[in-house]
Amino acid sequence: MAAPRPDRIAARLVRLPPLLWLCAFFLLPFAITLKISLSEPATAIPPYLPVLDWQGGLDGWSSFLEALNFTNYLTLARDDLYQAATLGSLAYAGAATALLVLLGTPIAYALARAPRRWQPVLVALVVVPFWTSFLIRIYAWIAILKQEGLANLVLLKLGVIAHPLVILNTDAAVMIGLTYAYLPFMVLPLYAVMDRLDPSLREAAADLGASPARIFWTVTLPLSLPGIAAGAALCFVPMVGEFVIPDLLGGSETLMLGRVLWSEFFSNRDWPLAAAVAVLLLAIVVGPVVLFRESLRGGEDTP
Amino acid sequence: MTAVTRTALTLGLAFLYAPIAVLVAYSFNASNLVTVWGGFSLRWYAALFSDAPLIASALVSLEVAILASLIATILGTLAALAFERHGRFRGRALFTGLVYGPMVMPEVMIGLSLLLTFIGIGLDRGIATIVIAHATFCTGFVAVVVSARLRGMDRTLEEAAADLGAGPWRVLATITLPLLAPAILAGGLLAFTLSLDDLVIASFVSGPGATTLPMRLYSQVRLGVNPEINAASTLLVGLITLAVLAASWLTARRGGAGG
Repeated sequence: MAAPRPDRIAARLVRLPPLLWLCAFFLLPFAITLKISLSEPATAIPPYLPVLDWQGGLDGWSSFLEALNFTNYLTLARDDLYQAATLGSLAYAGAATALLVLLGTPIAYALARAPRRWQPVLVALVVVPFWTSFLIRIYAWIAILKQEGLANLVLLKLGVIAHPLVILNTDAAVMIGLTYAYLPFMVLPLYAVMDRLDPSLREAAADLGASPARIFWTVTLPLSLPGIAAGAALCFVPMVGEFVIPDLLGGSETLMLGRVLWSEFFSNRDWPLAAAVAVLLLAIVVGPVVLFRESLRGGEDTP
Repeated sequence: MTAVTRTALTLGLAFLYAPIAVLVAYSFNASNLVTVWGGFSLRWYAALFSDAPLIASALVSLEVAILASLIATILGTLAALAFERHGRFRGRALFTGLVYGPMVMPEVMIGLSLLLTFIGIGLDRGIATIVIAHATFCTGFVAVVVSARLRGMDRTLEEAAADLGAGPWRVLATITLPLLAPAILAGGLLAFTLSLDDLVIASFVSGPGATTLPMRLYSQVRLGVNPEINAASTLLVGLITLAVLAASWLTARRGGAGG
């Protein structure tokens, strides 16, 4: 069925503005970053070498390609700081994702099993903190976790501890911050999948004599795996590049790529190296992003 | 609900809300010390409203958020129409990646790459560059909200209008857009709150004289906890909550036609 002509023109006009805008401010910037990451290390201010000679045709391209410089990537691969930051990002994001699966699954399950008429309200309650200023939610934890903060105050009063604990500026604080900030990202996709599960499957298992715990382990959880995958990817990707949480809650030894990129850019002003860190970050998150898209597609295909 | 699921839900929500509640409570604390309760007071709110640099940056944030959410709303709505009403076209996969990509890219990457671009094309950094950056990463969020509504909308009205001889523009203007209005408004409000909240991208692409509220708050937070920030945060939390409630009310009001 061919679309009539005016409709086809309309279709093209409708997608042209977003296409042009995103090519200019998303695709092009990425190409520029990639190019600069292959420049010689330098302090601030372009032009970075090599410069592509657009008028030079094929010769221009080949001389450009020959002059590309992988120094920044070699620095990333060899330098202890960047190795530690890469491993740190993966470790913090991986551990926090695992923790989020453990915390998010029971919450999502409880949401899906709550009375129908309460569900919209409960879902909204989970969403609202997610829209509330990220910076402020992390800032709130400083007052709670610091040495004379609320957590220590309560624990001392209750007699659980005799001396205030050092929590702020440790790995524990970073983990608390990551878990707190990304919990809605885990709960919502998981809830969406659990909510759609056919209740007759649970009923059948119950009729056959399975206990509620057994039903959860053998029916609900396996069928919810696409939701867990989606939630894990949705949390892992931004956490790898996280800057605010390690910066405000972590200590000076909390190394994550987002923070290293920030300081490379703002403090050391080594822009080509910062660009290389950005490309490395992208390389790390591309796998989970594809996984996330696949899990979404899987969800769309099932009726 | 069983006792187990009820406990899970209660603990989960308590975890999500306790820190915000503590923050709001201490914004009304008379004491200078953030963790010592010195009685109820509005002194930090008074201090807030006489803090000229903070108010100036709040105005910058508002200006950026209004402009960026307007652009993102237009681009995101067009993208949603392209996805849901114009079916298959060449380059659809690339188009999808372009629209939704900025939602999942690490913020530091978006910020850095846009800054390098702005410098490359010689654009002076300031409010305009923050607006461009925010509009870019908010477009996908608007597209998600509007697409969802388009997918759930009854197409027979549009088809009836087309059968009666209305051209594609007439159908869009008189049928599709009015029916979409709540979703477009909701998407715009979400873009607005995202822009208002962004620290990382704005820090990269802003220039002298264009300090947004999160940037100002961040520079103060780095110096330590301060009751005035609690007051500012409380106001911001209130504002964003109102925007979110308005947005969810608009999307929930699906009744009427379609839905």
